[in-house]
Amino acid sequence: MIANYGYKDGSGDYFIAIDTDKCNGCKDCIDACPYGVLDVGPDENDPLSDEEVAFVTEAERKKIKYTCAPCKPMNNRPPLPCMAVCKKEAISHSW
Amino acid sequence: MEEKAELWRWTESRWTNTDLNWKGKLITSGVDVGSVSSQAVILADGELYAYSNMRTGSDSPDSAMKAINWAMEDTGLKLDDLTYTVGTGYGRVNVPFSQRAITEIACHARGGNFMYGPSVRTILDMGGQDCKAIHCDERGKVTNFLMNDKCAAGTGRGMEVFADLLGVSINDVGDLSLDVDEEPQPVSSTCVVYAKTEATGLLREGWPKNKVLAAYCSAMAHRIMTLLERIGVEEDFAITGGIAKNKGVVTRLEKEVGIKIMKTTDYDTQIAGALGAALFAKALVEKGKK
Repeated sequence: MIANYGYKDGSGDYFIAIDTDKCNGCKDCIDACPYGVLDVGPDENDPLSDEEVAFVTEAERKKIKYTCAPCKPMNNRPPLPCMAVCKKEAISHSW
Repeated sequence: MEEKAELWRWTESRWTNTDLNWKGKLITSGVDVGSVSSQAVILADGELYAYSNMRTGSDSPDSAMKAINWAMEDTGLKLDDLTYTVGTGYGRVNVPFSQRAITEIACHARGGNFMYGPSVRTILDMGGQDCKAIHCDERGKVTNFLMNDKCAAGTGRGMEVFADLLGVSINDVGDLSLDVDEEPQPVSSTCVVYAKTEATGLLREGWPKNKVLAAYCSAMAHRIMTLLERIGVEEDFAITGGIAKNKGVVTRLEKEVGIKIMKTTDYDTQIAGALGAALFAKALVEKGKK
């Protein structure tokens, strides 16, 4: 499953997509994110599955444009820590 | 002073399958407490037995109770007869008699699969205050989803505000908006507040109501299209939620997407979430037995 967390508002699209088929629930992304955007737990959109996957926390879903901003400077943007740490390449950002 | 009619008030409904006897069968239920409407669905051995669809009040547990009580009315069913209940929607953790809460994403996919059949691949749920685009497989399992619940543009509540502004019953908005000789330019903003301001201006310029509604429905269809574009539309394509009943938006969206939208006359499109929840309740009972 591709889980798109985030929103679209008047200023643009802000979605973090997590491919739960690739995600192995290793939790590396939790430590890599400096702002606590990601967490790992049961897949709430696949209630009959027992596997744990990464997701964007409920508290951050409506403000990732701002929470993720420090990792996205205008110039010389370094690789995003959450994406860089994910060996399975399960995480991507839409903006 | 004459009391002002509340034109945004859509019709509440309930239904019972009178051909079915629930006694001795596995009774599961799903309750969807949404931001604007609440539904309760009762299944007997996985077959649709009864449902109710009503407006949500300010108190989620109370709305959930009212919905299930209305669905059970005159059926002889009591809360104790419900083997397993799943809550969904915004107020899903506030359903007092439920055993589990499941997201509306998962429930709409499952419910849509039941309502429209296993060929459905894309489900668009247009709820009271959010919009969800979901891809699912032939069993109704979610394969891709996107939800927008930060902005009310393109939602049922926006349509209610417009019905009230123009003095048109919410049930007539769709037909009226299609009754135009020429499709007007869409309103430039789908933000409910700005669109309302713009519409007030258009009315002052002398636009008739149906033309203003056409401009808003068309803006809403376009807005939803841009959301859908992010995950793409795969056939078959179905819409659930209250807006599925609004021909003005559905017809225009069909034109924008270029894919025929599935129709159902067998089910109230607003019950998809609660129906999915009731189906999960059944699946969870069966999973527990294994």
